[in-house]
Amino acid sequence: MAVATDLRRFAGFRAMTVLCLVVLYAPLIIVAIYSFNASSSITRWGGFSFKWYVDVFTGPEAPKFRQAAINSFAIATGAALLSTAFATAAAVAMSRAGRFRGKVASLALINLPLMVPEIVTAVASLVFFITIGFTTGLMTIFIAHIVFCIPFAYLPISARMQGVSDIYEQAAMDLYATPWQAFRLILLPLMAPGILSGFLLAFIISLDDFLITNFVKGAGVETLPTAIFGSVKQGIKPNIMAISTLLLCVSVVFVTLSWIIGRAGQSRK
Amino acid sequence: MAGVAPPGTGTGSGIYRGNGPRLMLPVWAFIGIFLVLPVLLMAVYSFLTKEFRGGVIWDPTLAAYDKFFLDRGLFGDEPPVIEWTYIGIFWRSIWQAGLATLFCLVIGFPTAWFIATRDVRTRSAWLFLVTIPYWVNLLIRTVSMKFLIRDTGPLNEFLLWTGVVDGPLGLVNTNLAVQIGLFYSYLPFMVLPIYAAVERYDFALSEAAADLYAGAWTTLRLVILPVVRPGIVAGCILVFVPSLGAFLAPDLLGGAKTFMIGSLIEEQFKGAAGNWPFGAAASMILLSIVLGVLLLYARSQAKGAR
Repeated sequence: MAVATDLRRFAGFRAMTVLCLVVLYAPLIIVAIYSFNASSSITRWGGFSFKWYVDVFTGPEAPKFRQAAINSFAIATGAALLSTAFATAAAVAMSRAGRFRGKVASLALINLPLMVPEIVTAVASLVFFITIGFTTGLMTIFIAHIVFCIPFAYLPISARMQGVSDIYEQAAMDLYATPWQAFRLILLPLMAPGILSGFLLAFIISLDDFLITNFVKGAGVETLPTAIFGSVKQGIKPNIMAISTLLLCVSVVFVTLSWIIGRAGQSRK
Repeated sequence: MAGVAPPGTGTGSGIYRGNGPRLMLPVWAFIGIFLVLPVLLMAVYSFLTKEFRGGVIWDPTLAAYDKFFLDRGLFGDEPPVIEWTYIGIFWRSIWQAGLATLFCLVIGFPTAWFIATRDVRTRSAWLFLVTIPYWVNLLIRTVSMKFLIRDTGPLNEFLLWTGVVDGPLGLVNTNLAVQIGLFYSYLPFMVLPIYAAVERYDFALSEAAADLYAGAWTTLRLVILPVVRPGIVAGCILVFVPSLGAFLAPDLLGGAKTFMIGSLIEEQFKGAAGNWPFGAAASMILLSIVLGVLLLYARSQAKGAR
């Protein structure tokens, strides 16, 4: 219907959308381009080169960045695994365990990390760890990351669970399956796309975090964002642009995977 | 394969009845111990006396809040007048966050509308394009923006080359740079909830308006905007709240004159010059504002549902 499409159209909205995407992508694309700059002066273009990427892996700062990358990926993997497991248990409790005490409060608690301003979470965690005498370091970063990853893991998992009817588990229970068997053999496979999606998002959120990590990391321990921040404070150098571009690629790959998995899960319904 | 739950099944059932608390336990424990407890501890600390090398003395006082709101002179013996320094920082943060929210809305609404009215196949591709920056490291995005707009950066070089300007823009370290940073950081947060609202919008309403001789813009103002309002409000909250406590954009793109709440709090806990009770008090005031906004939002949503 021609009339119906006209009603959907407003003059200038397409231009605004293009503007929105240009604003979102221009800085990232320009930094990615300049990371291939052969010149040491970061503003003059001196030809195409991989030298800053080589510098990231073999240059004088390479050991620092390597250690930061190992820390970042180890923490992101661990925090994503645990927060996904906790969020899965929580999603089962919220949608399959009937009523129980504290159910309403639980939903608020799961979303609390999204509501408290990040700077407040950061300083409160630092003060808490110092007060109870917990030495700040990798362990404190790990704990703090699990906390703020839980709501991000929970979102896709609970969304997926809402769409899975419990008739299959009911059938399993009729055939004398224990609740654990019904969960492991029936519900878990059905929830798998949501769980994987939740894991990937939690991983990215952990990998990205700067503010909270910067407060609870303790002296001498760095993750990639805190190492990058430390470097940037002394000026934006080409090797930072190369690292940024690499990290950008990691994020894009993970989000794309999460998106594809989410779509595959939906289209099978 | 996995059937979509018909109404009335799935969510209400209790296959794992009685296991609720056991299944919730890890979440209760982690968020309870490592988030609720620390925030409560901060609330307590805001009423304690400051220790000079960072830390607190367990001696209850209102000194931190007094310092925030009142000026009693250099020696603390003059009659109290209102201290504007910190209120000013909060006010500037609220103003900056509000402005960022407005700009995000002006760009975000048309974008969300445009995407939601594409046909189903291209729609998800457009949406995906907007979503990607949301998941890219905020630090990297802020640094990229700084690289782009600084005096020797590509934007300036380009403008000089085209002759639009004849000197450096001098953007970095201004309120405008912080504003650009906030806008850029949280723009995707505005698009996504509005998109979700527009996607559910029933175009029969627009047709009815057109039948009654309403023009496109009249329909937008009187029919569409009121219907998709919950999405707009949600988007505004998602931009305003993180902007208010933002740290990276003011720190990297701003300077001493563009100080915002995030930096004020950070300063109290980093290094020896800090003042924990004061930082805790500022955190509590920020948290109260945020929770107040969220409460208003929850009430407006509840009213809309009725």
